[in-house]
Amino acid sequence: MSGSVTVRAGFIPLIDAALLIAAAEKGFAAREGLELVLQRETSWANIRDRVAIGHFDVAHMLAPLPVAASLGLVPLPVPMIAPYALGLGGNAVTVSRALWEALEAAGAPSTGDPAATGAALAAVVSARAAAGHAPLTLAVVNAFSGHNYELRHWLAASGIDPWRDVQFAVVPPPFMADALAAGRIDGYCVGEPWNTVAASSGAGRIVTTKAAIWPKSLEKVLGMRTDWASANEETLRRLIVALEAAAVWCDAPENHGELAAILAAPDYLDVAPDRILAGLGGELALGSAAPKRIADFHSFAAGDATEPRVNHALWLFSQMVRWGQASLGEDAVATVRATMRPDIRARALGLDPARHGGLQPVRLFDGLTFAPDALASYLAALPFGVDPGRI
Amino acid sequence: MPDSSLRILVVDQNRLRASIIEEGLREAGHADVTVVDRLDGLMRRVVEIDPDVIVMDLENPSRDALESLFHVSRAAGRPVAMFVDRSDAAMIEAAVDAGVSAYVVDGLRKERVKSILDMAISRFNAFSRLRDELDKTRQALEERKTIDRAKGILMKKRGIGEDEAYALLRKSAMNENRRIAEVAASVVLAASLFSGEDL
Repeated sequence: MSGSVTVRAGFIPLIDAALLIAAAEKGFAAREGLELVLQRETSWANIRDRVAIGHFDVAHMLAPLPVAASLGLVPLPVPMIAPYALGLGGNAVTVSRALWEALEAAGAPSTGDPAATGAALAAVVSARAAAGHAPLTLAVVNAFSGHNYELRHWLAASGIDPWRDVQFAVVPPPFMADALAAGRIDGYCVGEPWNTVAASSGAGRIVTTKAAIWPKSLEKVLGMRTDWASANEETLRRLIVALEAAAVWCDAPENHGELAAILAAPDYLDVAPDRILAGLGGELALGSAAPKRIADFHSFAAGDATEPRVNHALWLFSQMVRWGQASLGEDAVATVRATMRPDIRARALGLDPARHGGLQPVRLFDGLTFAPDALASYLAALPFGVDPGRI
Repeated sequence: MPDSSLRILVVDQNRLRASIIEEGLREAGHADVTVVDRLDGLMRRVVEIDPDVIVMDLENPSRDALESLFHVSRAAGRPVAMFVDRSDAAMIEAAVDAGVSAYVVDGLRKERVKSILDMAISRFNAFSRLRDELDKTRQALEERKTIDRAKGILMKKRGIGEDEAYALLRKSAMNENRRIAEVAASVVLAASLFSGEDL
């Protein structure tokens, strides 16, 4: 098409790359005069670096990644923004069958309830320590990920000290199920389809979900260099319009069969469509139960799912401070706020920026009140937070 | 002056490329070089070796894990930066283009490690060129075989000589504005369809 603008985007094989993939495959990008060129990547570090040096214009990113890049916390730091979110929820925690049997014996329900499952995990962790067994190893996808913070928050709220009682590993999403099956890790937190893949093969059991730990929370965003966004305002506007059309299409249950078939391709997720359908429909097998629909497991569009949430980014930042990755300061908080750009999305979609400012409240399962303007007192109330003696 | 006291770790799943990098480092006078080409147990090895410089291929899925390790090692007073100098944009771009990443303990003087990265970048590029050439050579060989088979088919079906068969292929290629190898592939395919045999 003449006058078509090329946008290069990187993604990691996960269900929430669907908006970019559907925008390219279903003509939503072409309709806006964009040629969306997608490239699968093997690590979040590559995604970040290829955006930083300009190989990619935009990318599927963990929400904390552009924040960490803007704060200068990563090895190749470049100011980035997130003017669009690629969905809410979608993660789950999966453990090995052996660990699930121990959890079930300690009273874990097959409902995904984080408090009851966490209590059972705390009992198993204590019993292992008393018996002189090695601590459990749990994997997340990146140090700067919602997975890392959700998992640690859940453990800490359950009375498990993430510094001392368990070990952490970092494993890329497509390798999680294999690492679990090989016994290198005891459990992990990852996005779909990589929980269902382990549950379907029998290597693991899904014990709880992001939707239960932190309902309706920010997960992936469309990340880009701040200077790319400034220099390509019209292209970005069209991209947001295209992605919003893709999000609505992806959210409609009647399209899930076709979407699963598209995502299953070798260049995208390279996973059987039925493994992908489970996450799209939020029908996961929890514990020993048969697959059942989980409310709000994942949303592509509904509930303003594509609005980059400033308050949610501030919670993620509070956890960077809690776990010793960042320092609390006014400048840092201002940088976090400036990284989420719901105003760009609102203008692109013809919405009122004042009513779509990303100010959704933050409510986690532990019931503690999170006030974005009082991070220090929130942090002081949390268990097992950063201790200068341990960093 | 090369610095033989630097501990250098090369992580590359491609064993051949890893050994090419290792050789370059040794030629430059670096004695303390370790190569790891396996992913399992990589993090333990990194902690054991405690390198000053890590050279790693960009396709390695362990980059996220390696970087998370630096948050831990920051506690031990060995913070790690990517590349020598964050302001050296040209070098960073050259490295990512070449497909190599490097992690360097912060505080090492730029001149101590710049030559290592220059060498890694040029050898990664040389390796890619070699691989491209190898691919081209393989393709050329395949095409040669196809042309020979097409010639054989034409000679048999039309009762002509080898030179004539080749001239026929070349003429068709010119008329249709296609490559001789493409015309030859069509001849082979058509013959296999008509004969019902898998030629």
